[in-house]
Amino acid sequence: MGGFIFRRVLSMLLVIWVVSTMTFFLMKAIPGGPFTAEKQLPPEILRNLERRYRLGDPLWKQYRDYLHNLLRLDLGPSFKYEDLTVNDIIRQGFPVSAELGVLALLFALAVGVPSGLISALRQYSFSDYFSMLWALLGVSIPSFLLATLFIYLFGLRLHVLPAGGWGTPAHLLLPAVALGMYPTGFIARLTRSSMLEVIRQDYVRTARAKGLAEITVTYRHALKNAVIPVVTYLGPITAAVLTGSFVVERIFAIPGLGRHFVTSIYNRDYTVIMGTTVFYSVFLVAMNLVVDVAYGFIDPRIRFD
Amino acid sequence: MASSIPVSDSTDPGRALARRAMNVPGPAARDTTPSVGFWADVWRRLRKNRGAMIGLWITVFLIVAAIIGPSLSPYRYSDQDFDHLFEGPNRAHWFGTDELGRDVLTRVLYGARISLSIGFVASFFNVAIGVTYGAISGYAGGRVDNLMMRIVDVIYGVPLLLWVILLMVVLKPGLTNIYIALGTVYWLTMARLVRGQVLSLREREFVEAARALGVSTSRILLRHIIPNTMGPIVVTMTLSVPQAIFVEAFLSYIGLGVQAPMASWGSLASDATEVLRVAPHLVFFPGMAIVITMLAFNFLGDGLRDALDPRLRGTL
Repeated sequence: MGGFIFRRVLSMLLVIWVVSTMTFFLMKAIPGGPFTAEKQLPPEILRNLERRYRLGDPLWKQYRDYLHNLLRLDLGPSFKYEDLTVNDIIRQGFPVSAELGVLALLFALAVGVPSGLISALRQYSFSDYFSMLWALLGVSIPSFLLATLFIYLFGLRLHVLPAGGWGTPAHLLLPAVALGMYPTGFIARLTRSSMLEVIRQDYVRTARAKGLAEITVTYRHALKNAVIPVVTYLGPITAAVLTGSFVVERIFAIPGLGRHFVTSIYNRDYTVIMGTTVFYSVFLVAMNLVVDVAYGFIDPRIRFD
Repeated sequence: MASSIPVSDSTDPGRALARRAMNVPGPAARDTTPSVGFWADVWRRLRKNRGAMIGLWITVFLIVAAIIGPSLSPYRYSDQDFDHLFEGPNRAHWFGTDELGRDVLTRVLYGARISLSIGFVASFFNVAIGVTYGAISGYAGGRVDNLMMRIVDVIYGVPLLLWVILLMVVLKPGLTNIYIALGTVYWLTMARLVRGQVLSLREREFVEAARALGVSTSRILLRHIIPNTMGPIVVTMTLSVPQAIFVEAFLSYIGLGVQAPMASWGSLASDATEVLRVAPHLVFFPGMAIVITMLAFNFLGDGLRDALDPRLRGTL
């Protein structure tokens, strides 16, 4: 187990290095720079700015400096938000996005797993078709449409929930559901298919044959194995949802981290582009590692060698 | 579902060997494609699945509508009519008109061309890259396989959507660049899938027979191995078409999609979210087009999966 984690951490570092290198050079290939604006800056000021942010250095030097700072967990100053470092931006935005994301994921699990379970236990019944249609709709509606629809319906027409903003629990509800809809549908479909496969296995028949209560067979024997694919899916989706969704945060005017992923690219805010991307990658590989370790607890057949 | 794809008899070692030995040219079709029997069987099973058939007919309808629809309409997608702005659905304009008086039905039909072409072209490239990569990795085996799969593992750790966004900014928004960005990024699943299949197929007797006869590696891959992995490839491809349309809709929303006056469903819907209060129908129709397409392809893909693998019947 220790060796397994050690090797995985090594490969995580490799992934993060690859991501930061690829992102760095791709980002530098974007035409324009952070100080390209409609109103031209005087050349002297531009030169000063470029010196201050070391944009005049050769590319390899900038790259080396960047990696060096990254190792010290210093993501650098933002170009656009003058008083903020990238670390500040993440510190401010991430808790907001994470709060929303955790809520969205809880919603997805609380709705997705039970509906997938019911679907599988009553295959081809009305409730099966009904919940699978909803699940499919969940993965079929682009989030900007869903969020817009929610605002239109609950905010503008029915006036029951605020159409945007942040601060009270009421503000959380619509964006959390909008954000959680896709994972909900995905989890429901995943639970159903893997449950259907599991309940046909011999050991489930054995459990039934030895006279265990149906409820024990379903939950202790079948469901426990059927959730493995759901756990796998939780790795990447947690990373994606907790770091914030650009679409949902923009539509509901939420001051999270999600908006920075896209706006930083438009602003050519180099350090913020790099910082948010690397942060996301670290989160993603870390979640995948957590998932792999979790396997060992859920499924004793899996051994770490 | 790894090793449960029926091996069609076109690659039946006995028959192929006998034919070659006797220098009898087999019917070309039987040599190159999985036998009619296998696909006819799939079709027979698919036809019994009502959801899949509805999905198939909607898909066919959408494709036909995208091809001939715009030319049947009395309007052009870019025709402006300032006497009829923001009209709701009526007899002259079935889906209403937009902020420049353009006919929404025509624009949705035209958007179908763009959106569907993005779906098909992007998944075609993903399939091509993924199948090639996976087949080489699986067939080579050993150290090459190990290295190629480690590369895939590394790319799996990359936030792909961010990568697509960056790529689109570097390449500049536009239809061709959407093809490139979406077509070159999402091939990982396919590569893993094909590699797993190839890994088990290359040990089969018919491949060994072909190798013994001195058939070249590329020919073994193209004629003997890949045809036997067509089932899962077709399923994955069917499910990746709507995925590409979905991602394009997101790109449109952040302003990196196709540029005006060109329009995809995604750009139509996302442009219209700004005038939602005035004209909800502008969001509704392209949005419905996206949702219906997603549903149709998903139903079809699920049905194909069931039909290709009876063991998994009714799952997912």
